[in-house]
Amino acid sequence: MRRDPLIPMIGVVSHIRVDTPDVKTFRVIGLDGKKPFEHIPGQCAMLSVPGVGEALFSITSSPTEEAYLEFSIKKCGCVTDWLHAMTPGQQVTIRGPYGNGFPVDTEFAGKDLLFVAGGIGLAPLHSVINYCRHYRDRYGRIDIVYGARSKEDLVDYEEILNEWLSEDGINVHLTIDREQPDWDGHVGFVPNYVKELSPDTGMTVVMCGPPVMIKFTLGGLMELGFPRDGIYTTLELRMKCALGKCGRCNIGSKYVCKDGPVFRFDQLDELPDEY
Amino acid sequence: MKQIALNRLDELFAAISARQTLLIPQQLENGDAEFRPWSAEAKLYTGLKTSRSAKDAFFPQVENLVGFKVSEQGIELMDTRDEVQPFTLFGVRGCDARSFDILDRVFLAEPVDTFYADRRAAATVVTLACNRPETTCFCQSFGIDPSRPAGDVTCWMDAENLYWQPNTDKGRALTEALSLLEEGEEARAKRVEEDIQAVLKRLPLKDLSLDHVGAGKTKALFDRPEWAELSEACLGCGACTFVCPTCQCYDIEEFKSGGSVRRFRCWDSCMYSDFTLMSAGQPRPTQTERFRQRFMHKLVYYPDNQDGLFSCVGCGRCLVKCPIHMNIVKVINALKEGTA
Ligand code: SF4
Ligand code: SF4
Ligand code: FES
Repeated sequence: MRRDPLIPMIGVVSHIRVDTPDVKTFRVIGLDGKKPFEHIPGQCAMLSVPGVGEALFSITSSPTEEAYLEFSIKKCGCVTDWLHAMTPGQQVTIRGPYGNGFPVDTEFAGKDLLFVAGGIGLAPLHSVINYCRHYRDRYGRIDIVYGARSKEDLVDYEEILNEWLSEDGINVHLTIDREQPDWDGHVGFVPNYVKELSPDTGMTVVMCGPPVMIKFTLGGLMELGFPRDGIYTTLELRMKCALGKCGRCNIGSKYVCKDGPVFRFDQLDELPDEY
Repeated sequence: MKQIALNRLDELFAAISARQTLLIPQQLENGDAEFRPWSAEAKLYTGLKTSRSAKDAFFPQVENLVGFKVSEQGIELMDTRDEVQPFTLFGVRGCDARSFDILDRVFLAEPVDTFYADRRAAATVVTLACNRPETTCFCQSFGIDPSRPAGDVTCWMDAENLYWQPNTDKGRALTEALSLLEEGEEARAKRVEEDIQAVLKRLPLKDLSLDHVGAGKTKALFDRPEWAELSEACLGCGACTFVCPTCQCYDIEEFKSGGSVRRFRCWDSCMYSDFTLMSAGQPRPTQTERFRQRFMHKLVYYPDNQDGLFSCVGCGRCLVKCPIHMNIVKVINALKEGTA
């Protein structure tokens, strides 16, 4: 069969982990049992359930994971509902990788990094955080501020507790929106927590989460004196081709699927406000 | 140069058609003109604009991408690609010929769209100079010369003959296969060319000014108040995008029957309200933003990415087809006035 970038390959969902009441993490391998393709942190892939549709998801696993790709996916209609109803061993289609990814080996190299995530926003950051952990000596200090509605809504909580929190040189700051009985950590919204922590303005910031979180965290960082070209985020728009051709994700002169999803805020300032 | 008498055009078409599929503009029963396969009954439509553009030959309105057989055992890919055979596309005007370059820069950019690329590679494009450019034509504003359109072969027509000038290897290969072509009188073709040039100088839209649009103009044009007024009556019908030879947006959809799924793509339009609609929100909530997107893309964003080239060829189809008489010329002029 003649190949085309729009023609996917078949993948097997080899493992499914329940993360939160509405987030599951899907491990995908090729029919040959191998990782479907290589990627860089922050890149995405198109997953589909034929007959239901195709959708773009950020790859949650680190490129340093040699055996598979992982996707943490929130249940929010259509394709995601079907994925959530799957059992291990079932097949999906997959194509990718798409997008620019984070500049982990260039702009991030040697920098102190501050990751800020809210809810499912940890998914795109998970890949880059684990990449940086793997190549720990290439980066300076690593701070992670992560918040969710409740303890149950924290994605990857087990991994955070057992791995990230126990590692030297990585500071994880968890927060939840409201008090709850089995939680003795910080309570409050992410933007306020970031301000309280008053991070060093020399840190490179990577933010992902709901638009309000992004907006208020950005405001706080500006007040603290962070430069806009030191703050990165990812954009989420409707996608169809993921190849920069179908026109769907076009904003100004950029195509989010190809030129993004990772942008610095000084780059976003140049784009029309249509995201 | 070669030539053939107009009363022998059918012989020419028959000869091309014996070699490979031949598409020529023809008038349909409903009055529209379209590029359709030649048959013995077919008559060449000599008007300038086909209702839909020639892009259909490379980027059809609907096209199968891939099929899936879905069962308990899993998913199997099925090849649903249409077989592409060499074909000749005859009678393309200068504007549509330029639109192929504009589409090429999108579809042939890495990663190459093989569906489009295969059709492009299979085609020999024979263009035809526009004897009587119309009042709605403004291709010359974009540096297109309708008196000598680019193509594998360029043709001119006067009252007696069709003049035939091959320009590329593909064009020469086709020419060599057509022994009925006679030695051409270059001076006569030249006369046609000059006559067209004279008409071009008299066209009402010849002085369309484009200095205020183009690459780098996002900041200057995006927030202009004219967008609201211009888009006020727009129905969001998408007619302008469907007839436009350079509009390239597409959707990917699926058709399910029994255990198999056919995934296809079809034209879409940035003028539609659901084009960018997501469960999380709508970045272009009103027709004003959608309308602005279409024209900003053609006049600013595309030029930004493609060395200043505009994504409009001045074919004038949107001038003729829009039910509320809105069009790109009005947009360009309104933005100009606001600048002054
Ligand atoms: S925008 Fe209008 S004039 Fe320009 S190429 Fe498209 S249909 Fe033709
Ligand atoms: S500009 Fe005219 S043709 Fe285009 S969508 Fe609006 S009403 Fe329809
Ligand atoms: S999703 Fe098609 S251009 Fe980006």
